[in-house]
Amino acid sequence: MKTPTFLFLLVYFALHQDFWNWTQARPLLFGFLPIGLAYHACYAAGAALLMSLLVKVAWPQKWEAWAEKEPGE
Amino acid sequence: MIPTLFVLAYLAIVLYIGIFAFRRSQGQAEDYFLAGRSLGPWVFVLSLFGTHMTAFAILGSSGHAFNFGIVTFGLMASSSAIVVPVLLLFLGTRLWAVGKRFGHITPVQIFRDRWECGHIGTLIFFLQAALLVPYIIIGVMGGGTTLSVISNGLIPFWAGGLLVAAVVMSYVFFGGMRGTAWVNAFQTVLFLTFGLIAVVVIGNGMGGFSAIAEKLLADAKTASLLSREKYSPLAFLSYTFNPLSAIAFPHIAIFCLTAKKMDQFKKTVVLYPLCILLIWLPCVCLGVFANQATEIPAIAEKVAAKFATGRPVVADDVMLQLLAHYAPQWLAGLLGAGIMAAVMASDSQILALSTMFTEDVFAFYGAREKFGPKAQIATGRLFIVLVTAFAYVTALKAKASIFDLAVQFSFAGFSAMMPLYVGALCWKRSTKWGALAAILWVAAATVGLFFTPRGFTVFGLLPVVPMTLGSAFLLWSVSLLTPQPSSATVGRYFPDHSTE
Repeated sequence: MKTPTFLFLLVYFALHQDFWNWTQARPLLFGFLPIGLAYHACYAAGAALLMSLLVKVAWPQKWEAWAEKEPGE
Repeated sequence: MIPTLFVLAYLAIVLYIGIFAFRRSQGQAEDYFLAGRSLGPWVFVLSLFGTHMTAFAILGSSGHAFNFGIVTFGLMASSSAIVVPVLLLFLGTRLWAVGKRFGHITPVQIFRDRWECGHIGTLIFFLQAALLVPYIIIGVMGGGTTLSVISNGLIPFWAGGLLVAAVVMSYVFFGGMRGTAWVNAFQTVLFLTFGLIAVVVIGNGMGGFSAIAEKLLADAKTASLLSREKYSPLAFLSYTFNPLSAIAFPHIAIFCLTAKKMDQFKKTVVLYPLCILLIWLPCVCLGVFANQATEIPAIAEKVAAKFATGRPVVADDVMLQLLAHYAPQWLAGLLGAGIMAAVMASDSQILALSTMFTEDVFAFYGAREKFGPKAQIATGRLFIVLVTAFAYVTALKAKASIFDLAVQFSFAGFSAMMPLYVGALCWKRSTKWGALAAILWVAAATVGLFFTPRGFTVFGLLPVVPMTLGSAFLLWSVSLLTPQPSSATVGRYFPDHSTE
């Protein structure tokens, strides 16, 4: 599960470079948000969903346990 | 007058929060500088976000959007929405774990222990401090500007800056990290709540956002603000390197050590992109739409100057101008307090500098052993007074544009320091010599940037890209050529499970 999630993270990162929206302003989402801005607003919201997935599959649990141990344990 | 009173009331509240935090303090260095590593989940998430949002982020984003259009959101906000949470998840949690396990309070302490070095750590301290000071000065300038605009000039810039500097200094001085974290959490809630109301009120005042967007598109001069046709895709890509600075900012790295449990990062990692969205989208929209608010004389002048010269203008006050013109007075006061909240993010930077000085210089060179822990806290507080006074005096004398520029260079410098954190925390083979090579490169490149023409690029990429890649390359290559720290030290930082 970790590897596909990390691959998805890479793909998601690449999607930040939305060259297909570069030169156009229309359509205007809700009548006022240019498509390039609406895309990146949705991108930020999608990042929250991706982070909730990452937290589930890639949480550094062992480091957490290690940190809580007394020195020398 | 009413908005001014609201802002003054706000300043009184944050001052009280600092004093209240002072009553909870236990008089130990870890308690003063790290709130005893005891921050709860909501204070942690709200405060970490507030710590990262500066005057540069809030006022600067609307000013940048006023000049360059919607590209601002993709350049600075959506890139941060993906990069910063990833850094917090993989490096922030590791910083917390190492800090908790070995009792470290600053990143330099971690570097010194991890790489078995002394003076290289001091060099890192000086570079971090030099890169952080422009942010503090910008914060004081932002405070002076905000109060001056909101009070319609009733409070002059010098008095506004002095008042903001004095309030910030006081609650940091008394409350330490606990006071700063509580104030930051309060500030984030205030800005998130009233920022959204501001957009609706100003939008209605201007005749509705749909109408404004159509007018902007109908005018050949402003239509390009709603697309990115005038911006290079390579420069856009370069900007995704800037959020790498987040974890290398000392105030963010130190803040990662304040969490009570590692679990508290979970909420932060998930909510961070949403906070970015909620704060930056209104700022960018208002900045772009301000190009149609020519009924406001100050904005009309900027629009005329921008189109006459074809060059960007100083526009960090456009959001405040919109607020003063379109919002009812009581709401302008509340929103002004919200903006003031973001502008005052320099508190955590001042505290971080003080923490670094007292731990990385004062304590490291033996003064704590000689004079005792109480003298260390007293020195930290004295340092806070001196740094704030220096920032205020400099803010009065210098031009804002100089520090705007310095902040941009600082961003690049901190981004280029990120490989140090990856090396120290995630790569066993990294060495102090690799770290030294990377640090010297970052220092030389940052100084070099001052002497390059504005808009300088390397194969179309902004300087932050070669600076960061160069730093990573030097850390990697020099580390491979030099002996690594003792196996005992490496073993302490990389227990068996880390190789699984």
